[in-house]
Amino acid sequence: MAEIQIKNIAKSFGAFQALNDINLTIADQEFMVLLGASGCGKSTLLRIIAGLEVASSGEVWIGGKRIDHLSPKDRGIAMVFQNYAVFPHLTVFENIGFGLRMKKLPNDEVTRRVERVAGLMHIEMLLKRYSGELSGGQRQRVAVARALAMEPDVILMDEPLSNLDALLRMEMRAELKGVLAESKTTAIYVTHDQVEAMSMADRISVMHQGDIVQAASPIEVYRDPAAKFVASFIGNPPMNFLPAKPAGPSKWQVAGQTFDGPNTDKAVLQFAIRPEDMQPAEQGLVATAKIVEPLGAHLLVTCQIGDALFRVILDSDAVVKPGQSLTLAPQPDRVRWFDPDTTLAVA
Amino acid sequence: MNARILPYVLILPVTLFLCLFFIYPFVLVSQQAFQAADGGWSMENFQEVVEYWKFPISMKNTLLLAAIVVPVQLALALLMATMVSKMKKGRDMVLYIWTIPLGISDLAAGIIWLAIFEQSGFLNSMLHGIGVVDKPVNFLTYQNPWIVFLAIALAEIWRATAIMLVILVAGIGLIPKEYYEAADVFGASKWKQFTRITFPLLRPSLQTALVLRVILAFEIFAVVAALGGTLFPVLMGQTYSYQFDLLNSGAAAAMALIILGISIGFTLIILRILRVPKGASI
Repeated sequence: MAEIQIKNIAKSFGAFQALNDINLTIADQEFMVLLGASGCGKSTLLRIIAGLEVASSGEVWIGGKRIDHLSPKDRGIAMVFQNYAVFPHLTVFENIGFGLRMKKLPNDEVTRRVERVAGLMHIEMLLKRYSGELSGGQRQRVAVARALAMEPDVILMDEPLSNLDALLRMEMRAELKGVLAESKTTAIYVTHDQVEAMSMADRISVMHQGDIVQAASPIEVYRDPAAKFVASFIGNPPMNFLPAKPAGPSKWQVAGQTFDGPNTDKAVLQFAIRPEDMQPAEQGLVATAKIVEPLGAHLLVTCQIGDALFRVILDSDAVVKPGQSLTLAPQPDRVRWFDPDTTLAVA
Repeated sequence: MNARILPYVLILPVTLFLCLFFIYPFVLVSQQAFQAADGGWSMENFQEVVEYWKFPISMKNTLLLAAIVVPVQLALALLMATMVSKMKKGRDMVLYIWTIPLGISDLAAGIIWLAIFEQSGFLNSMLHGIGVVDKPVNFLTYQNPWIVFLAIALAEIWRATAIMLVILVAGIGLIPKEYYEAADVFGASKWKQFTRITFPLLRPSLQTALVLRVILAFEIFAVVAALGGTLFPVLMGQTYSYQFDLLNSGAAAAMALIILGISIGFTLIILRILRVPKGASI
């Protein structure tokens, strides 16, 4: 059992506050992704869990044991680094077996484990090579195999796929997900790539300026963003926003149209809808098409409603020309509302 | 200009310079070494210098000095380089201070240490001052060969450790920090990190540093001349006295070639021991 509990972790570098009071519980065998733009503190949090960085305050517990005072090797963790950190002077075999040798495991046990994980990562034919003779993707496999060979309670990954080309990244993403699910290890995975996060995670923690803004399942983060930041960070293109004014109890006026909305006494709200959740209709928001981008699978149209830019994803058969007027009907159950003062979602 | 030819054109001046002022004199010296008194080819000069009674002594002294001084310097330089690399502030300052001896000629270094060890030197004044000796002692005499040896070794260590230090500091700087983080996570102690990561990844720098130092150690001359004089014959000192005291340039040339041979031999050994397999460099 390796449940991870992060309690009130804060970290500052001089005057810069990298993490503010982070609280997060990661269940045993859960695949948790820390997602955020660079500088949001996600790597710092991972490095604090790994023991490579010391928190300014707070506690880290793994499997019911407080570990933040222990050295990295005593925490029951293994890590995959962004630049792989595959030792160049050791063969692939010795790289994978490095941690096992440090634990002074007997030779045949080292061989058994190295061969098992090398098979898992499909690198058994590379065991005698040096890292200078490997491609980036192969080095990445070695780095993952080295972590798996430790049979750790927790595996930490710091943007492990970011140095690979797009095609390889997609392939490794699926493979890594499978291997980790099979290993029954708790995993924390840091990335700035939302597609990676969505496709791999059991849960995503979206981080922004040293805070966790939302920690939820990928579909929840996508459908029900807890804050405007999440709505505009996740999704490509992100959510659309329009200002809304009250028009009676639970009624809001958006660009001349009235919608059912939350029952609050706020003077202004923001209406939000994902680009794919709108259909051309008889009645709805009136928009002027500005830019039309056929993307094969669908048609991306950037239009204008009032002063605001607004993106819609239409069926690829739709015929839209720049300058054309569109009437768009939002799918009612997909409309979300945000408070512009707190930036938080309003139900 | 043609991009394929340009590099060769650019290195041509240096190559010509080296041919003119290195290869040509080297050929002349070799000729002299293998030339007999009657002008023909012979090993006479080599036979003469090797059979001289001082040759085995100077060979033994030179090798012994190198065998003691170079490992001590290597250990010190590694220790100092590791410490400097861990520093965050003031690192350059410390490096400058540690490399001061590099700016001093070997003869001057010998004289500085002579000023410490001679009969009226600092060491005697200090020992006398704290009451260990009643009257100044002459340390550097034929009765104390080990003190002479020690003084020379100390002076060499003091003078020439910095050259290794500078090379090793540069080498350590090239090792990415991630390797140490990975080593930390995978359970390597600080000592294991040094023996399993720093040391093997430092092999290219160690090669350079050791080759340079070992060659210089076989060429040791001025420090020995200042501190040991004739009490401690070394190969280079013998070469000097053949050339300038005995005016036997054939024998001096032979000695020079013997020293060159030893240097090449040790260079090859060092390169072999510290070689980096293909694909295994940073």
